[in-house]
Amino acid sequence: MVWHLDADTPLYSQIISNIEVAIASGFYKPGSQIPPVRTLAMEAGVNPNTMQRAMEALEQKKLLFSQRTKGRFVTSDTEVIETMKKNMAKEKIENFISEMTKLGFTQKEIIEQIELNMARTEAEKDEPV
Amino acid sequence: MSLFECRDLVKHFGNIKALDGVSFSIERGKIVGLLGPNGSGKTTIMKIANGLLTPTSGNVIIDGKTPSPSTKKIVSYLPERTYIPDSMSVRQLLNFFSDFYTDFSRETALTMMNSLGIQETQEIKQMSKGTREKVQLIMVMSRKALLFLLDEPIGGVDPATRDYIIRTIIGNYNKEASIIISTHLISEVENILDDVLFLNQGKIVLNASVESIREDSGKSVDQMFREVFRC
Repeated sequence: MVWHLDADTPLYSQIISNIEVAIASGFYKPGSQIPPVRTLAMEAGVNPNTMQRAMEALEQKKLLFSQRTKGRFVTSDTEVIETMKKNMAKEKIENFISEMTKLGFTQKEIIEQIELNMARTEAEKDEPV
Repeated sequence: MSLFECRDLVKHFGNIKALDGVSFSIERGKIVGLLGPNGSGKTTIMKIANGLLTPTSGNVIIDGKTPSPSTKKIVSYLPERTYIPDSMSVRQLLNFFSDFYTDFSRETALTMMNSLGIQETQEIKQMSKGTREKVQLIMVMSRKALLFLLDEPIGGVDPATRDYIIRTIIGNYNKEASIIISTHLISEVENILDDVLFLNQGKIVLNASVESIREDSGKSVDQMFREVFRC
């Protein structure tokens, strides 16, 4: 997978959200096996102990589970994944609203802007290339 | 018991205090960065730990012992400069290490060499600087040592080689062993470190975990370093 890590926030929480995005986007499908900690650490170029802690946190969140000898898997419970996606969406939308409010948009105007931009994106899609 | 400990380490070279009372300890399973500007004492610590220099006072304790032939058995050292003889082929080098170190895994070394397309018959003298550095690191990391002391493993090589070296270090990590990496190329290594030690003029000025630095300051270790050592 492609990792997005910035340099000035703790890696632990960044690893967690990177994996969450990979699960949300279906890169790691429900019930599928994920690579071992060492492989993931090499791929992301991060400390294996930090990767291990992030995996344990994802297990606590019930997004991952491990089977003693076989390795670590994504939950098959799609409801858990849906809830995670909604929580992630909520966070992004809250940030967006707060940014837009800073720019001076009212609630009504924010919704108008979203609709306007969504319509524009749709129109661009239909245009012949 | 810590795997590695410096106790009030002092080293004078004539009037110069290279180390001026350095104390710290490292537990098993940690990857630690020994970071500091040129001349801050990083290499001096590495050399004392390998028995290449004797301290003026204080001592280094490795798995309960001071540096000696018995600690050399458990320490794998990558010096600042490569020492592999030009006249050898890869096969001769592998034989040399197998004879010298009982914990050397020829298989591990060969697997890593293969992934780089290096043949056993290849001569060291025909290799580029970057390839030699990779070969040297492969040899050092192929020992099942308890302590890896890597002095500037990524200095003087291109970014792709740095990346390879960093991934090799991660790939060979195990929970029983610790790795100490000295470097001034901080942004390249900080993601793989548990803890960092900032060394300045022979003194430890900061000893913290990478995650706590980022958490508490909202800064990368690299940024923190630039602030601490602003000229």
